[in-house]
Amino acid sequence: MENLISTKLKEKFPESTLEIAEFRGELTIVVKKEDMVPLCTFLRDDPDFSFNFLSDLCGVDYLGRKPRFDVVYHLYSLENNHRLRLKVKVEKGESVPSLTCVWNTANWHEREVFDLFGITFDGHPDLSRILLPEDWEGYPLRKDFPLTREEVMFSHNKNRPPKITG
Amino acid sequence: MGLEEHIPKGVLLTTLEKAVNWSRKSSLWPLGFGLACCAIEMMATAASRFDLARFGMEIFRASPRQADLMIVAGRVSNKMAPVVRLLYDQMSEPKWVIAMGACASTGGVFNNYAIVQGVDKIVPVDIYIPGCPPRPEQLIEGITKLHKKIEKESLKRNQRIDQIKRIESTES
Amino acid sequence: MKPQAVNRIQRIGTNTMVLNMGPQHPSTHGVLRVILELDGETVIKATPDIGFLHTGIEKTMESKTYAQVIPLTDRMDYVASLSNNLAYLLTVEKLLDIQAPPKAQFIRVLLTELTRIASHLVWVGSHAHDIGAMSMLLYAFREREKLLDIFELCSGQRMMTSYFRIGGLAQDIPEGFESKVKEVLETFPDKINDYENLLTKNRIWLNRTVGVGKISPEDAMDWGVSGPILRGCGVGWDIRKSNPYSGYDKFEFDIPTGKNGDVYDRYLVRLEEMRQSLRIVGQALDGIPEGDFVARVQGVVLPPKEEVLSNIEALIFQFKLVVEGFSAPVGEVYHSIESPKGELGYYIVSDGSNKPYRIRVRPPCFVNLSALPKMIEGRLIADVVATIGSIDIVLGEVDR
Repeated sequence: MENLISTKLKEKFPESTLEIAEFRGELTIVVKKEDMVPLCTFLRDDPDFSFNFLSDLCGVDYLGRKPRFDVVYHLYSLENNHRLRLKVKVEKGESVPSLTCVWNTANWHEREVFDLFGITFDGHPDLSRILLPEDWEGYPLRKDFPLTREEVMFSHNKNRPPKITG
Repeated sequence: MGLEEHIPKGVLLTTLEKAVNWSRKSSLWPLGFGLACCAIEMMATAASRFDLARFGMEIFRASPRQADLMIVAGRVSNKMAPVVRLLYDQMSEPKWVIAMGACASTGGVFNNYAIVQGVDKIVPVDIYIPGCPPRPEQLIEGITKLHKKIEKESLKRNQRIDQIKRIESTES
Repeated sequence: MKPQAVNRIQRIGTNTMVLNMGPQHPSTHGVLRVILELDGETVIKATPDIGFLHTGIEKTMESKTYAQVIPLTDRMDYVASLSNNLAYLLTVEKLLDIQAPPKAQFIRVLLTELTRIASHLVWVGSHAHDIGAMSMLLYAFREREKLLDIFELCSGQRMMTSYFRIGGLAQDIPEGFESKVKEVLETFPDKINDYENLLTKNRIWLNRTVGVGKISPEDAMDWGVSGPILRGCGVGWDIRKSNPYSGYDKFEFDIPTGKNGDVYDRYLVRLEEMRQSLRIVGQALDGIPEGDFVARVQGVVLPPKEEVLSNIEALIFQFKLVVEGFSAPVGEVYHSIESPKGELGYYIVSDGSNKPYRIRVRPPCFVNLSALPKMIEGRLIADVVATIGSIDIVLGEVDR
């Protein structure tokens, strides 16, 4: 089934699909970000695919690689019971076209990716912070944002106030 | 000897402090402030197996103006911290705070950018209950300890206002 | 009346009122803030404001080894903690390409279904309490205590059990487990019948829940809604049937669906799911196979305790696994299960080291909550509480 998906997609969009990989039975396709909206509309409407459920949309930070971020989309088809993973590679400061016109559920997922990574989405109706307070600075899930804020108190430092980093 | 022999049956002699403290501890009304997992154990404590109604505490008031005990049950995030302080300020005197669980006492398992490391950075806490989540029996022991603490409070000076004044003077 | 006064009594114009259903509210099941724009009593716009319980769990998981992440997963959907463990461990086992032995799979299914019943009990208790039937809360929690006794017997903890491990279970099931589960199986169906008698044909319940919070199946799929809400609309999708995991294909059970997609149908779906879960628990209890409770993969799973105390090689493995963990192969996997709330998925990216590079949790409550504006716009404000309750949100999972 996976080979059928990848061959048909490569026929229809030859320049957009950049890499195809398979690991543990799952198919991953890297797509050029400018062609995301037409490709996803095709995936949703074509009866062979009918990917009408966007399971998940998330970001991954590969610090030290150019382009730095990956935006990962997990698609599922309820009729045909198959899954697909799409990836878009994007550099810091660039933006990705928003998929709210294809699946409405992308709305909150994209807000969360913007909140935690700082990746902007063009065409999103209301791109604002969703999980962190409105006036928070920084993007926590990036690899250069420190995890620990406050020093743990042991017997050697219990008599002074704890140091706060980050 | 003395006056006690001549008192008729059904009359109790006590001091004003003891009477006031007894009435305060016997019907503490908690504010319904469950944040996370500890809230489910708090609900289980109020349910039928471990009954909170026997302490007079079965009514969880929704409004802070009508409550006198705030049980902070769960982790307090940075976005929620101003809300906790606002609710504490809206409660009227006398008021007490129980920090239930490891996350409310010290930040618990989560030592990171998002969680306030201990709710005592925001409000003054009377009793800390460790556990993740603490069993209902542990919560009841914490409440009983709070009752003993209330029994020892004095009416002469309002200790709570002194405590707050001391905290505020060290901050500024 | 004088002519000027008559002119003054004209409609000046309507303004909508903004009402804040704040983070501290008795019926929002946690710290959820909903900003409602009202025209009289009709809701024109509803905006959920979340993030009051954001804990940074995904970032904390990146600094722990694969085995140390298990207790963190418990604390997301804290009402049904064993199903979070199962979702995470099935994903790690997919990454490592190992399989739990049949005995561990049966026990995992048994405990996960008991967790589903416990989660639905909390839901029915608090939902009915919000609508006004306060005694349901006490009945539901009384039943739940019996299930928590079983969890405590196995793992020592009532709620955040962390009883599953990579490759199987943490320990073998203790004595007395089977008799306690049999007791639950015998007494529970009567209790569910009691709840049905209280609520299902109750006129007040019907008035408050029929036709409220409707969503069509196409809208539900477009907004990514899954679980009992989607099944209440009539779409019979359950991951236990479509992509079975952990031996679910060996059990017989039905998937209840509704017709209209309103709050009443979701209630009926969840009650029937409790009955089907009892059916699975009965089948699992009758057929627990013999064998080991964990897959003894060297270098990944802790060796048995007798060998650790007598054999130096096993001791070295135990030390290395506890202190450093194991190295996972490079790659990325996604696996999802049917949790009591919907599709719970984990996406793990591994770079070959002993700590995961990125773990992403696909939270069902977060996605279901994003469909809330679709369900209550145009309805009355009294229906907001019933609708929020029927989505069955657990804020720990929404905000992670």
